[in-house]
Amino acid sequence: MAERKTEESGTPFIEDHERKAAQLRWRAIAGQIIAGAVIILLWEFLTRIQWLDAYYWSSPGTIVRTGWKAATEGTLLEDLAYTSGATIIGFILGTVTGSVLGLSFWWSTLYSKITEPYLIAFNAVPKLALAPVLVVMFGIGFNSKVVLSFLMTVIVAALAAYSGVKNVDRDLEKMLVSLGAKRHHVFFKVIIPASMPWMVSILKINISLALAGTIVGEFISSRQGIGRMILYAGQVLNMDLVWVGVVVLSVLSIVMYLGTVWIERWLMRGRNPKS
Amino acid sequence: MTMNGSSGSLASVDSSKGSEDELSKLEIIGCSKFFKKSGEAFCALKEVTMNVDDGRFISMVGPSGCGKSTLFNIIAGLMKPSSGKVQLDGKEITNENGHVGYMLQKDLLLPWRTILDNVIIGLEIRGVSKKTARRRALPILQKYGLKGFESDHPDALSGGMRQRAALIRTLLYDRDVILLDEPFGALDAQTRLQMQTWLLQIWNDFRKTVLFVTHDIDEAIYLSDEIYVFTHRPGQIKARIDVGLPRPRNEETLMTGRFMDLKKKLLVMLKEERETAG
Repeated sequence: MAERKTEESGTPFIEDHERKAAQLRWRAIAGQIIAGAVIILLWEFLTRIQWLDAYYWSSPGTIVRTGWKAATEGTLLEDLAYTSGATIIGFILGTVTGSVLGLSFWWSTLYSKITEPYLIAFNAVPKLALAPVLVVMFGIGFNSKVVLSFLMTVIVAALAAYSGVKNVDRDLEKMLVSLGAKRHHVFFKVIIPASMPWMVSILKINISLALAGTIVGEFISSRQGIGRMILYAGQVLNMDLVWVGVVVLSVLSIVMYLGTVWIERWLMRGRNPKS
Repeated sequence: MTMNGSSGSLASVDSSKGSEDELSKLEIIGCSKFFKKSGEAFCALKEVTMNVDDGRFISMVGPSGCGKSTLFNIIAGLMKPSSGKVQLDGKEITNENGHVGYMLQKDLLLPWRTILDNVIIGLEIRGVSKKTARRRALPILQKYGLKGFESDHPDALSGGMRQRAALIRTLLYDRDVILLDEPFGALDAQTRLQMQTWLLQIWNDFRKTVLFVTHDIDEAIYLSDEIYVFTHRPGQIKARIDVGLPRPRNEETLMTGRFMDLKKKLLVMLKEERETAG
């Protein structure tokens, strides 16, 4: 009886979770944009009124102007292509090689047990400390940067793929073998897809590691690249140009991050988002 | 379920079949298996011999640790027996996988594949193209209670539905003998009864030889033609019981006198085994 009464007294209240979620999403995006704008404006304002020293802190306006000049008159765009090229090539080579290495441990327990401690030991070596040797070994050109970003990513990828392999349910293998599967069937139909979430999970980490590798390579010795530009600008005390380099690298990093998100989606296509 | 002629005469068909064929479908001849555990060898399975005729439904019951799973692994060719051999149609298949269908208690559906793509995996391994395999599997999925779930992922399905998909995967692999290792062990009582009836329907349609491991005596009697009772370690055949209940069976079968007698007999046997196990 009580239920009927509420229905009669006007339109009933409908709980709409989707609408609520959409509202929240738009508010969050609006809030993010406003927060970013406030920070930039505050930065500009505080340097104008000389609360912040514009010599050290530069200012958004100056950075844009200096950046524009460096892009049109200087070599900023070539440097950007150089740095992003070395990073992406090193990232792809490192991640693919590492993943294959990690997956290969499934084929033989003996081989994986022999190799694992060396993998962990090599992971512990600070690869960036090897940079001076690598620059001498591979020259001051493009190759040494690719090698550095490769080294930064390869072991991380191998360890991730290996934990994926170790976490595959052995009964899945058994089930497939009972259906007449050979080793290669198990590998391609179970081991790779089951390890995929592990391999995919380190893409975002690896892209920033690859970028760090490239920049350190350029710091050590290089004729091109954003890292070299920053180092040079610092040496001639051109702080505005240092800021341009930092901003460009941040933007590059975000773009590549979005790229990995896209790769992630592509690799996990056709799967349930929950699994 | 209605009484229809073809399946009602099953019992008599089966008994005549044995004399026509000289060989049993599946023969397990003196299979034993020893393991070594903390330095001491122990016998998991001792001199098991079974002759299973074509199209029969055989259950195995016994206390846990009676080596039923070891026996299944040996029949499926996933494990080598310490002695003895397994023959299918008179041909030795010891330690060779792929001759029988095998389904475990876990459904083991691949979470990244849809239900349809999960059930065709056996066909894929045999080299059937995905497209052909899907075309062949779709009507079977729809006929046996998975209509509308074909393109769902396994985690969207209930336990019972997932077991259905797993069994259809085993059936599509199309071997004459299928091994079911406690397939309904993880389901609740209601779903379990539903699944048993469903399994009987499938068995009736596909005419496979089924070997079925269970802890549930009711389930064993309800489903089987013969029941093998296993002893506690070392696993050995204690008794072979002919069920002899008419088919088709339904829930009323569970209340007949014959059913009750068999149940009593089996309960006594299993109690003995539990007591010897300590």
